[in-house]
Amino acid sequence: MTDAINETISPVDRLEPVEDVGGAAQPLLQVVGLTKHFPVRGGLFGARKTVRAVDDVSFSVAKGETVGIVGESGCGKSTTARLLMHLMKRDDGEIIYDGMTVGRALSLRELRRGMQMVFQDSYASLNPRLTIEQSIAFGPKVHGMADAAARALARELLGKVGLRPEVFANRYPHEVSGGQRQRVNIARALALSPRLVILDEAVSALDKSVEAQVLNLLADLKREFGLTYLFISHDLNVVRYISDRVLVMYLGEVVELGPVDLVWDAPAHPYTRALLAAMPSSDPDHRTETPPISGDPPNPIDPPPGCRFHTRCPFAEPLCANAAPKLTVLDTMGHQAACYMAIPGSGHSRAPAKGANAA
Amino acid sequence: MLVYIARRIVYVIPIVLSVALVCFMLVHITPGDPLVAILPADASQELANQMRAAYGFDRPLPVQFWLWLWKALNGDLGHSIATGRPVLTEVLRAVGNTVTLAIAAAIIGFTLGLFFGLIAGYFRGTWIDRVATSIAIAGVSVPHYWLGMVLVIIFSVELNWLPAVGAGPGGSSAWGWDWDHIRYLILPAVTTSVIPMGIVTRTVRSLTGDILSQDFVEALRAKGLRETHVFRHVLKNAAPTALAVMGLQLGYMLGGSILIETVFSWPGSGLLLNSAIFQRDLPLLQGTILVLALFFVFLNLIVDVVQAAIDPRIKRT
Amino acid sequence: MSAITDAALQAAPADKARGYWTTVGRRISRDKVSMACAVILALIFLSAVLAPWLGLADPYQGSMIHRLRHIATPGYPLGSDELGRDMLARLVYGGRLSLIIGILPVILGFLIGTSLGLIAGYAGGKVNTAIMRTVDVFYAFPSVLLAIAISGALGAGIVNSIVSLTIVFVPQITRVAESVTTGVRNMDFVEAARASGAGPFTIMRVHMLGNVLGPIFVYATGLISVSMILAAGLSFLGLGTKPPEPEWGLMLNTLRTAIYVNPWVAALPGVMIFAVSICFNLLSDGMRGAMDIRN
Repeated sequence: MTDAINETISPVDRLEPVEDVGGAAQPLLQVVGLTKHFPVRGGLFGARKTVRAVDDVSFSVAKGETVGIVGESGCGKSTTARLLMHLMKRDDGEIIYDGMTVGRALSLRELRRGMQMVFQDSYASLNPRLTIEQSIAFGPKVHGMADAAARALARELLGKVGLRPEVFANRYPHEVSGGQRQRVNIARALALSPRLVILDEAVSALDKSVEAQVLNLLADLKREFGLTYLFISHDLNVVRYISDRVLVMYLGEVVELGPVDLVWDAPAHPYTRALLAAMPSSDPDHRTETPPISGDPPNPIDPPPGCRFHTRCPFAEPLCANAAPKLTVLDTMGHQAACYMAIPGSGHSRAPAKGANAA
Repeated sequence: MLVYIARRIVYVIPIVLSVALVCFMLVHITPGDPLVAILPADASQELANQMRAAYGFDRPLPVQFWLWLWKALNGDLGHSIATGRPVLTEVLRAVGNTVTLAIAAAIIGFTLGLFFGLIAGYFRGTWIDRVATSIAIAGVSVPHYWLGMVLVIIFSVELNWLPAVGAGPGGSSAWGWDWDHIRYLILPAVTTSVIPMGIVTRTVRSLTGDILSQDFVEALRAKGLRETHVFRHVLKNAAPTALAVMGLQLGYMLGGSILIETVFSWPGSGLLLNSAIFQRDLPLLQGTILVLALFFVFLNLIVDVVQAAIDPRIKRT
Repeated sequence: MSAITDAALQAAPADKARGYWTTVGRRISRDKVSMACAVILALIFLSAVLAPWLGLADPYQGSMIHRLRHIATPGYPLGSDELGRDMLARLVYGGRLSLIIGILPVILGFLIGTSLGLIAGYAGGKVNTAIMRTVDVFYAFPSVLLAIAISGALGAGIVNSIVSLTIVFVPQITRVAESVTTGVRNMDFVEAARASGAGPFTIMRVHMLGNVLGPIFVYATGLISVSMILAAGLSFLGLGTKPPEPEWGLMLNTLRTAIYVNPWVAALPGVMIFAVSICFNLLSDGMRGAMDIRN
């Protein structure tokens, strides 16, 4: 509370956040048909193949919401993050920020102030030759802030992420611990006053106790600055703790999405069920007896035709191998899944009857 | 694997073409008219024009290049201006002597390098390591032509044990593996061996040290394996990289022999190059460099393929 | 556990932080071998620069009756050469030309190679392919052969010798610079800088240069050792400096015929080349160790 009051009279300059144009009902981020294929060389004379890292992914993030993205490694989570940040070129799809299509109504430079990212490797994501203060002040300076003002802002943000500026400002990244470095990375992301922060496995590399502290910090910062998070992680417990809604990805595709409690309590896609069943339980009465899923993810270079999960799915039927199921709305809560078993009247023997529970 | 080899061989083609282009251009970066080197000083203008047409110097450069390349592919590298003999014959005879020298130097340098490298890596941080490392540093830092002179001073001038120059009875074309000839080989071979010795020592030392500090070695020791067996694992793991480095060094010895061959008047490709330079014998200069560079390119190719074949960690497709 | 460490670090005095280069400098100044090499090199450099004020004999003035004097002959502390010139003076004066033709190619190679490597590494794609495939062509020649081929074609002379050695070193430095740059470019902090909206030149200046120049510089320092040997070697063959200039490689060449008369005087210029070469090598090793700050 006192922080909020201090802030209004704080002499420290900040960059003005990108203006809220759409109002509360307008999703902060809309992603439509996002696609990225990587060409890979195979064979002697380069018979070109493609890795479908991200394939026709669509979702939206409401203002003030935290959306989690989960999936095995290699499922396209991090590629999605980098595509959203425009760190790599997408092959297809549109990214719409607060109703403004990036590249048309919103310039890339403006987007970068509106959307920031925290990376997994806290050491690699800080320049080892710059002090912590210099690293945080870099972004605001790029956007035209004077050096002294940017440094003052950096020190203030260090305080916000729980690091005493007089101790840490002039240190180098190798002189602080992993948890502290990740706090610095969060401060660096906040320095541009973004409204959306992408956290790409941002707490995955930390010790459990430090992870909890950083998660609490993220929750505090969200409240204080009115942030929206896109939280990418392979740790289902953490995702459930922090997210409002969750997106499950498998081999570059969204297979299920919806409010986190709904997806956890009534997973509609067998892959989601397998992921949840694989979670270690602290309750000995609920230990996992049989492996919920067998085999490795298929090679993303040649994703199987039809539903990409059918090679590992215990309920696969011939129709699963023929055509890929579309992401289909299951109820009024926004729960969606791409599985014939969940789509009424799909022809799968376990599918509900047509009209049974469709919205 | 086969695909890798095939691709690696295909990749050599543009390299060979570029090497040929560089060799071709060597004649054209020489100051002045290349004809001046070929013609007698008192040649008439008419003769000059005739020669220019005969050598194709009146054509545009790209055409000249393709003509030259076509001839070279057919084994015709022109004729030496000094001797009038075909360049290819001259070069191949000299290269034979250089190969003899390089192989002798490789035997000495690689044996010592492996030995020093292994013990330095194994006893890392001890005085043995420091001595071996110092020898290696000296080996790569010494001006080898000067070392050749010093060896001549000691073993030929002061002690009078070994001959200072030449390749023994019969001169450049009658090499034999008997003492009468090997006597002449010892000093140049030892001199040539110091750089590869130093580099192999440093490579093998760091490989050995890295391998010994890995967890699997601890596991081997924990299993109760004797040190000789641990050592065998070290050798197996260090072999691919060490072989690659040695292959490359063999190439450097073949191509970089000019200074040592000059000091010892060893009748190899380096000495031939030396005389080609100072007699301004451009076809011979061009031909020698082309042959030596091609040797080097193909040696690199063999090293890559062998390394891919014996290193299970490299899955090259 | 980590909460305790956090608290301890929070309380630590603020002045503990030191810059990267300060730390590297301190570490290298503690390394006896590196410091000894630096002192030897400094002495050789200074004496070469200050040669006219050191009270030495005239390095060009020969004397037919005082040819090939032994070391420690009165008036000739290091003997005299085949034309009766004072060896000590010629060795000291010889440092001027020898160091220039040995070091300048590496400096030029560093400037050109670093630029090319940075461009190739940062731009990637077709630009990278174009630059690196061209570099590969020069790698198809052993460096001694390439230096001698170009020098031999261009003809003898100091400038030609420097040019040919520069051509030898540019591809080598380019390769190192490219691989270091590519490594740094793929680090997350460069991605983060792009994500904050910085342009390529700002990223290059603020985030890349400081991280790539160090390793390239160390590599180039080690190359000076090779360059000294090759430059003197070209002169030794008669492709570099011309008489009567004092230069170590050329002196070695002209004294070759004297090894039967006064062998140890004839070997002296090589000692100088050896000393400079080994000192740069050891200094390069010392810097590499000092810059590896994480151990």
